[in-house]
Amino acid sequence: MREMINEMTISFKAISVNEGFARACVAAFCAQVNPSLDEITDIKTAVSEAVTNCVVHAYPKKVGDVTIKVELFENSVVIYISDMGVGIEDFEKAREPFFTTKPNEERSGMGFTVMESFMDKLDLIKNQGKGLTVKMEKFFSIKKNLAVGE
Amino acid sequence: MLVKNRIYNNTLYVLLSGELDEHSAYNTRITLDEIFENNNFKQIIIDLSELDFMDSTGIGVLIGRYKKMKDKKIPIFICNPSAHAEKIFKMTGLYEIMPKIV
Repeated sequence: MREMINEMTISFKAISVNEGFARACVAAFCAQVNPSLDEITDIKTAVSEAVTNCVVHAYPKKVGDVTIKVELFENSVVIYISDMGVGIEDFEKAREPFFTTKPNEERSGMGFTVMESFMDKLDLIKNQGKGLTVKMEKFFSIKKNLAVGE
Repeated sequence: MLVKNRIYNNTLYVLLSGELDEHSAYNTRITLDEIFENNNFKQIIIDLSELDFMDSTGIGVLIGRYKKMKDKKIPIFICNPSAHAEKIFKMTGLYEIMPKIV
């Protein structure tokens, strides 16, 4: 079994100003295993898409929280982005390119397509209580250079 | 997000600097629409050389502007996208309505 080398959890309000914070925070955490710049940008984009979904769709009435848990392995990262909002009824429909529940708001409907393309695995999980967890995994192509002499 | 613009030879040049996401989308939309209101140009070139980050919200913003300019028959072109922005443009087919120019 592969070994997790580090783990972190953050929680913040589902408001748009936190999108930049969320993606920068996850990227900074992943930096310790020396991913490539391309891989970091892919992760930042996927995190941004998932958090945007929480901001735009999860809490139509009262703003709630977004929780991000990151599990770091030597060659990959697993990211869980969760809300306690309204959830998604039809996962398959939601994942279709260009599908949006808000066609009048200039939305591209490409959020899940971007997450799928930029990450290696994407799962949508209905939370026990309510809301949604997006689970994503990215494998790093370059093996970490182990420090010598430690 | 910082938006700079100038008109030269009937072309409106727009430079987007910073990060285009859900947080900056609203103001970017309003600013671009204000700039596009001016009628002294025949085409628009959007320069992305200083755009540090963009997600699919940015695609929504660009497609929205395309729809508005299509009615006026003013084409929009994209130049200097990052490799990353280019990946999103190709994925979404944006170049089919806003061709890339070199």
